[in-house]
Amino acid sequence: MATTVIKAENLSKQYRLGTIGTGNLYSDITRWWHSIRGKEDPFLIYGETNDQAVKGTSEYVWALRDISFEVEQGDLVGLIGKNGSGKSTLLKLLAKITAPTTGEARLKGRVASMLEVGTGFHPELTGRENVFLNGTIMGMTKKEVSKKYDEIVEFAGVARYIDTPIKRYSSGMSVRLAFSVAAHLDPEILLVDEVLAVGDAEFQQKCLGKMSGISQEGRTIIFVSHNLGSVRKLCNKGLVLSKGHLVFDGKVSPALDAYLDSLPTHDSQGNNAISFNIDQSKLFQFTEISIEDGHGQSRGKLFYGEDIVVALKYTINDDCRHFSTRLSVARNGETLFWSFDTDENEALYSRRAKGEYSAKIALPRFFKAGIYTLSISFIELGIEKEEHVDVIRFVLDDSKLDTTIKSWHAGRPGILKPRLNWVYTEHPVEV
Amino acid sequence: MKEEKWDTVITSKAPVFDLRLSEIWRYRDLLMLFVKRDIAQVYKQTILGPLWFFIQPIITTVVFTVVFGKMAEIPTDGIPPVLFYLSGITFWNFFAESLNKASTVFRDNQNIFGKVYFCRLVLPLSIVINNLVKLGIQLTMFLLFYFYFLVTNPLIQPNLYALLFPVLVLTTAGLALGFGLIITSLTAKYRDLLFLIQFGIQLWMFATPIIYPLSEVPAGRQIYAVLNPMTAVIETFKYGFLGEGTFSWLYLGYSTGFMLIIVIAGIISFNRIEKTFVDII
Repeated sequence: MATTVIKAENLSKQYRLGTIGTGNLYSDITRWWHSIRGKEDPFLIYGETNDQAVKGTSEYVWALRDISFEVEQGDLVGLIGKNGSGKSTLLKLLAKITAPTTGEARLKGRVASMLEVGTGFHPELTGRENVFLNGTIMGMTKKEVSKKYDEIVEFAGVARYIDTPIKRYSSGMSVRLAFSVAAHLDPEILLVDEVLAVGDAEFQQKCLGKMSGISQEGRTIIFVSHNLGSVRKLCNKGLVLSKGHLVFDGKVSPALDAYLDSLPTHDSQGNNAISFNIDQSKLFQFTEISIEDGHGQSRGKLFYGEDIVVALKYTINDDCRHFSTRLSVARNGETLFWSFDTDENEALYSRRAKGEYSAKIALPRFFKAGIYTLSISFIELGIEKEEHVDVIRFVLDDSKLDTTIKSWHAGRPGILKPRLNWVYTEHPVEV
Repeated sequence: MKEEKWDTVITSKAPVFDLRLSEIWRYRDLLMLFVKRDIAQVYKQTILGPLWFFIQPIITTVVFTVVFGKMAEIPTDGIPPVLFYLSGITFWNFFAESLNKASTVFRDNQNIFGKVYFCRLVLPLSIVINNLVKLGIQLTMFLLFYFYFLVTNPLIQPNLYALLFPVLVLTTAGLALGFGLIITSLTAKYRDLLFLIQFGIQLWMFATPIIYPLSEVPAGRQIYAVLNPMTAVIETFKYGFLGEGTFSWLYLGYSTGFMLIIVIAGIISFNRIEKTFVDII
């Protein structure tokens, strides 16, 4: 039987909102006084579920609440959840970067974490020096790094520049070198957060390959990613977090379904629209998003063949340049496409006046049945600002489709199901 | 069921008196690489490079000689003022710079601490070791002056107490580390104290016999001066090498004991804060 290498029991993490500093001294003293008398920390009684969209009444929130799970040796676990669901916090707890508020986790073997690519890279030092520094920061000894050194440099493909200071590297080169160091760590447990978002597609493939290779050697990986496609491909198990709670623990495929099910189709008032908290200080801000049918009715479930329209509202508080708004559509976690509002309207890119914007985006009608999720973001000068991943979802149902003609069968291969007209010449050519 | 063996146990509470020194040993390579990195940084893209190690104490000595020696005419126990100030400054700089840097360890490294776990104590230790290397370099300069005066000035009578030198260095290093750890732990949450550090270290120098010999302090008040653990260190150094000053096993023993207590207290408070400081900084 496989051995358990990670065992978490009731892990919880509480954060205090707002500023830390003056005013806190009183709570600190109260807390200290309680602990001296051996009583429970009075502030742990408070605390709310971490729902970021709703303004809470308490200053304390639970970023994680009573998380218990076990991971067996050789497992490749995908940790999924929306932004703010506690994925990164959980990873930080397991990586010993911060301690849990209550609960316990036990791990077997050496743990290495890759929460950021190139942690501790120093721009003045050469590639070689940085490989050693970075490797030892991640817990290797100098001897172990020396042994792996050639492999690391070869994997990164920077042999020629290895004695040049990192500050002269292109960003791609330093990312490759950094990942290469981390990938050759040989820990028993590897914690990876979203690092594959950097680097080009070819290198990403190389990294994914390296990771599955690592797990085949009997090492365990916990992998956080927004790219559900790569989670599906890479992982065999999935943990789904929602608002700090563990909502699913099991095989990867049902885990992804559970995640997609947990996404909202409506807000707390039951409207089929998601509205955002308004923060006046922000330069640009999404206010509302909803899915509508062809009659302007917002719905969470649509049927194959119906019009699907995304209604998006946002506010811009000052004139902007080089600015686009992005909408991306994913089916069952796999990104289908990205669309920018500046794709067809270049004038919008060069200048955008302040004001309230309201856009209707009609989606093409070639979708297959499935759970669709939308992500939105603002992009200024090529930099992603204010990204909302999987902000809303809708279910596309084709059960109403007349499938007496067998070709309409739901299991048709391919990711799209377009209705195309096959135009024949008037009469079949006689043979 | 047999008890399973776990390598890492993550909980909210840390055992208070576990100093986790074995962890430092595990990360010894990292410790040395940090030291190397910080020393290399001084050389990179500077014209004078390591010469900067010498310029600062020389200028300070000149200023002290002019201001305190010539203008204020503070006696130096018959020792040539240049040697008197240089010995004090070399030692004090080691202490002050180690303390200064160690007391902002959390703030200066929050980025890296927030992304990866390694034995946190390695960083303040590397700061002290780095300054130790600097002390070594600066001492060679001190020795040059020292031998010149030793030959030309019969008043300088070194004695066997000079052999206590390693103890003095260790005590100074420990005091700087211990105080630094306590300050950085306290200031992780409330930064007020940080404003006092720079200023506090400067005042502390005047409370230490750097620009005046302990013998100049009125006999009744000497006890207050000796309460400062750095006093005995500086006085012993001057006594051993220059033959003038005050030496007492009691005073030195007090300083060393003080150092041990402050180092342990420092490590305990550092280890406590280290577990959650990422959330509060």
